[in-house]
Amino acid sequence: MSTPTDAPRRRITVHVNGSTLVRDVECRSHLVDFLREDCGLKGSHLGCEHGVCGACTVRLDGQLVRGCLVLAAQADGRTVETVETPFPSRRLRALQDAFVEHNALQCGYCTPGMLLAALDIVEQQPGADRDAVRAGISGNYCRCTGYHAIVDAVCAVLAQQQAGRFADEQVSA
Amino acid sequence: MKAPAFDYVRAESAQQVYALLAQHGDDARVLAGGQTLLATLNMRLSQPALLVDIGGLDALRGIQVQEGTLRIGALTTHSEIEASALVARHAPLLAQAAPHIAHRAIRNRGTFGGALAYADPAAEWPACVLALGGTLVLDSAAGTRRVAAADYFLGLFATARRDDELLVACELPCLPAGERQVFAELARRHGDYAVAGLAACARPVGSGAQRALHAVRLAFLSLGDRPLRAPRTEALLQAGPLDAARIDAADAALRAELEPFADLTHSAAAKRQLAATLLRRALHTLAA
Repeated sequence: MSTPTDAPRRRITVHVNGSTLVRDVECRSHLVDFLREDCGLKGSHLGCEHGVCGACTVRLDGQLVRGCLVLAAQADGRTVETVETPFPSRRLRALQDAFVEHNALQCGYCTPGMLLAALDIVEQQPGADRDAVRAGISGNYCRCTGYHAIVDAVCAVLAQQQAGRFADEQVSA
Repeated sequence: MKAPAFDYVRAESAQQVYALLAQHGDDARVLAGGQTLLATLNMRLSQPALLVDIGGLDALRGIQVQEGTLRIGALTTHSEIEASALVARHAPLLAQAAPHIAHRAIRNRGTFGGALAYADPAAEWPACVLALGGTLVLDSAAGTRRVAAADYFLGLFATARRDDELLVACELPCLPAGERQVFAELARRHGDYAVAGLAACARPVGSGAQRALHAVRLAFLSLGDRPLRAPRTEALLQAGPLDAARIDAADAALRAELEPFADLTHSAAAKRQLAATLLRRALHTLAA
């Protein structure tokens, strides 16, 4: 089996958090290495790098994805949102506030991915109960909190949503 | 870990894919959703020189019904199947199975065709397609070939697809009148690969003591080197009314018929027990 000695590269254009970025990347680079190393966006974390832990969760064209299981080259021409978007939705801000209020993080390593998974639940499953929230974040590992506080925080925002707090803001995806 | 170096091409046509596969042979891999391939590359379990990304081939997307056949394009994602009204109506087995596949972020990228081409014996779609009596559509520069699911899964990650062929779609018979479909699996954690799983179809007939099952098809996952039917158990189940004695006999027949191998956490005996448990639960639902 032959392996290229000089890693092949591609020029890609990606719309990241509202900015259009052009970068030369190695074809083998995944999306989160691109974000962290080529774009300086350190908000998305890398844990397992094989799709199990969820720390690298970002949005690609509005859809929740594992950043370590998408090549940067596959994101060419597409739109990526990370937790450090300068245009956070009110639901995302509310989740961030609720995570602080409920002590839903300790070391914080899982938090960026957890927030985006939580946002997906709030936007796509507005009627989610505690079990549905647990199922929804089951692909995101947290080794500190034992999840209970995270579920509390997500449920708090679901309750705010049901009370009409975000009624004037459309769901983005 | 980081993937080894490879080159990458986003294919613009199926013809380009065939040409690249012919040119690079085993050094090339087709990239669909990448939810298995990219993980194995990051773990350096594989070192292809070239990835041929077929993600831009829109003809391979979508779900259609035509003349009693549900056709699912190879690039249709697990999430799209999960949300499809056509699938829910014409192949409810798939709608039941989809939520068991990994997690939302992975279901948003992973594809039906990718799972069927990879043929992991622990995956949901191969067992479902086998239970439904599906047909795999394989295209190449030489034309189109159709292979029945029963002839397609040949062993551990091994299928009847030739190296020069691209899996472009899967065709499934629409739910026949009166048929019921059940999918169930047992996993250690939500989204993990199943320790044991069952895709089951049958047509219940009669009532009371004469309640019986016809057209029984059982396909198990995670119980061998490929998705497995259980023909002796199926025959026994259809031979008369589904009373307690028949269910016990089916349980015994299944344990005798399956030859699972142990995995990291479960012995072969435990897997037989779990398979029999799934069968009993499925029969309860199919005959209810």
